[in-house]
Amino acid sequence: MLTGLLIVIPLIAALLTFFIKGKAARVAALGFSILEFAVSVFAWYQYKTEPLSKQLYLNCTWIESIGANFSVGLDGMSLLMVLLTTFLVPLIILSSFKNEYDKPNSFYGLILLMQMALIGVFTTNDGFLFYIFWELALIPIYFICLVWGGENRARITFKFFIYTLFGSLFMLVALVFLYQHTGMYTGIKSWAINDLYQAGRSLNASQQGYVFWAVFLAFAIKMPIFPFHTWQPDTYVNAPTQGTMLLSGIMLKMGTFGMIKWLLPVVPLGVANWGSWAMLLSVIGIIYASCIAIVQTDFKRLIAYSSIAHVGLIAAGILAWNQQGIQGALIQMVSHGINVVGLFLVADILFRHTGTREISKLGGIRNVNPWFAVLFLIILLGSVALPLTNGFVGEFLLITGVYGYGAWTAAFAGLTVILGAVYMLRSYQGIMLGESNSVTAGFGTLAPSDKAVLIIVCAAIIAFGVYPQPLTDLAEPAVKNILSSTK
Amino acid sequence: MKGLFIISGLGIFAMLAEIFKGLGLKKILYPVVLLGIIAAFVVNINYEWNNTMSISWFDNMIVFDNFALAFSGIILALAFFWFIFANDYFENTTNVTDHFALVLFALTGALMLTAYRNMTTLFLGIEIMSIPLYVLAASKKNDVSSNEAGFKYLILGSFATGFLLFGIALVYGATGSFDIMTIRTKISLMEGSMPMFFNVGVMMMLVAMCFKVAAAPFHFWTPDVYQGSPTVITAFMSTIVKTAAFAAFVRLFLVGFGNINERWEMVMAVIVALSLIISNITAASQGNVKRMLAYSSISHAAFMLMGILAVKPGMSIPSVLFYTLAYSIGSITAFSVLYNVSKKGGEGFDAFNGLSKRNPLVAICMTIAMLSLAGIPVTAGFFAKYFIFTTIMTTSFKWLLVLAVLTSAVGVYYYFKVIIAMYFKPAETTEKVEIELPVLLVIVITALLTLAIGFMPNYVIDML
Repeated sequence: MLTGLLIVIPLIAALLTFFIKGKAARVAALGFSILEFAVSVFAWYQYKTEPLSKQLYLNCTWIESIGANFSVGLDGMSLLMVLLTTFLVPLIILSSFKNEYDKPNSFYGLILLMQMALIGVFTTNDGFLFYIFWELALIPIYFICLVWGGENRARITFKFFIYTLFGSLFMLVALVFLYQHTGMYTGIKSWAINDLYQAGRSLNASQQGYVFWAVFLAFAIKMPIFPFHTWQPDTYVNAPTQGTMLLSGIMLKMGTFGMIKWLLPVVPLGVANWGSWAMLLSVIGIIYASCIAIVQTDFKRLIAYSSIAHVGLIAAGILAWNQQGIQGALIQMVSHGINVVGLFLVADILFRHTGTREISKLGGIRNVNPWFAVLFLIILLGSVALPLTNGFVGEFLLITGVYGYGAWTAAFAGLTVILGAVYMLRSYQGIMLGESNSVTAGFGTLAPSDKAVLIIVCAAIIAFGVYPQPLTDLAEPAVKNILSSTK
Repeated sequence: MKGLFIISGLGIFAMLAEIFKGLGLKKILYPVVLLGIIAAFVVNINYEWNNTMSISWFDNMIVFDNFALAFSGIILALAFFWFIFANDYFENTTNVTDHFALVLFALTGALMLTAYRNMTTLFLGIEIMSIPLYVLAASKKNDVSSNEAGFKYLILGSFATGFLLFGIALVYGATGSFDIMTIRTKISLMEGSMPMFFNVGVMMMLVAMCFKVAAAPFHFWTPDVYQGSPTVITAFMSTIVKTAAFAAFVRLFLVGFGNINERWEMVMAVIVALSLIISNITAASQGNVKRMLAYSSISHAAFMLMGILAVKPGMSIPSVLFYTLAYSIGSITAFSVLYNVSKKGGEGFDAFNGLSKRNPLVAICMTIAMLSLAGIPVTAGFFAKYFIFTTIMTTSFKWLLVLAVLTSAVGVYYYFKVIIAMYFKPAETTEKVEIELPVLLVIVITALLTLAIGFMPNYVIDML
């Protein structure tokens, strides 16, 4: 019931927002997203008191003839992702208050629509519904990037759309293939996740290999993992800041979440045969993206590449398929979401106040606005995984997990922390320290809405760094559950 | 069957209206036709659906079973929408009544094609449907390309008819019957001792049918005819005619030749593969929206052929039915928008530039239609593709599935070119695109239907 509510609220909110003219639309959207956050917190409370409460599950028939149900539910893992989504969306909306978008009603309506699809992806327990929500998430973000994006947006968003759709179509084929193998004993075909698990595990090794690659392709493009990442930097740079935040903060987690829930438990033999190749791609991606990030001059593009590196480590942790790896992945998914939203907001603020994101042209902003420098520093430290920030908890667990897989792999994957520190601190040095110049001298003070978002992000970074217990509490049982089911 | 009577009666009425000019029948012709179509639809659904008594007519030559009624229901519904959106076209032509009569007779042929059980009725249906279309394609008398379209369609259409007739003759020679149920039993009795020319006959019929549904490599007439004909006639051809042709195709190959599928399935698989590749790659490079829709219709034909290729009546028939419905509704939206947009700006992609500002509602509807034709959830087009996928997944033609997926991604490219033009490209004029209320209603209703079927596909898929 609660889960159904979590999906319905943004949908209704989106429809209402479409009809609100002018600036009132963003206030309404913010209100709706805060309401949604409140409901998700209530769901969390419900989960803590009674994890298997009926309130958290909803199952009704949708298309009877093909065995597809509208089946959604919240376990620890989904709840973590849902909380991340509902926490970030109000921040994303708030961060847009200084940007003047034309047709604001459509803009905020699409953001809320996107939120609905994302929550759907994270909560559904039905393969067919999963695919529907997965594709549905693509349409609002496509229009957000297309209508409100920067130069060259038509070409770049197009590449992004075709790329991701291409991957998802392969996933659809694999899911249909699995579906055809369900119901071996009962004779009734079904899309329920447990039936798909059973069907997947009953396949022979080569069939599992095909399914593994078809589904992995979809997730790898979404995250993105090297060499399927070429759409990502251009799209991130050209999308409006809120679109980039949605893409990097939440949407790429669809891929990593999908791997944990919809790929690795389904085809264990496929993973056993091919997982090491996927692991290799992830690790190559980590080093490759970090090295490119070091030489970037545009700060937004630098964050885009750093995001590839971070997500590569998350994927490596998941592929290691042990307690620390997956738990670390889940926690790092949350941390990365929070940090990257903060970083992209910093990039947006820089651009709005100085008209450029070129690191070489900036400098000395600390002298002009020390508060901004402090907030930026905290986000940056979270991103480079300094102890006592949220990034540390996740990355530490991830590297431990990958170490359990192989010491050399862990050594290479661990480079992300060192290289991350290099490019992040260098960019901080370039932007914030030194003498202020003509571009940065008139930087001015931060808008209240920007300040609010940055402070909330920083507070979350420190809070989860010092006390990660709430996150691990949610992640741990879910991970144990999923690991024991594949043993 | 009563629907068929009503529609052919309407055709005769339209001709009489021209003869008895003094009675002023011309003025009431349009409302009478619309009411007649509604009546035919209602009669079909109310009195004949699930009625196993009295479904066969004229010694089993025409059988209105549920299969026929479902397809003719779709055709009648499409015809209703089509007449509303084409009204404007009729108003601007001379010889209105002739046009009405021709369209109604084509519709009669289409209804016959859904319900034949005898190969003579199949032939009659195809001819009754095609001959008016040859005329209609050339109905812009002063336009060279329209004349070219009519001429090409006539020549190549007659050629295909010849194939069909040869095929029928050879099959008759081998089995001794025109009745497709009898043919089916004969085939299963004589399996193995069938003469060689029987196979030739089946192949010739396959070629003729592929010509009618415009599958590669028998598609060469499609782009020119679709582009040259008046847009409303193109809409008629790519929706109603296509639905009827597929109804005929399904019945012939699933029922008639369903138990010797190993003799034709490989040929059909090659046709599907060729259609998918040729149509999508060529459509991607078109600058004219109408021509793009023509090429993309070939790819949709390939998808429907995949449904037939599976030869699993329980799955094939509903999936083809669903696909024709989803495709036709999306096409009606697309063509009615195109028709109204092209009045001022031509038929190129740039005619759509800035439509989101010039008429936001129509732009949204067009977006829905494009998403549906591209097969994006949650639209009817997605489920259409999905049902075809599940059907073909049960056969040994899984490689076609991979090809279909790859080419679908190309399909997204050209459908989204329209969306990008509408939302991204600046318009040359800020002039609003005015659309009359009835036509606007057709656009909105068909777009809503696309969404509704996408949310609740079970009502359609469980129909048969």
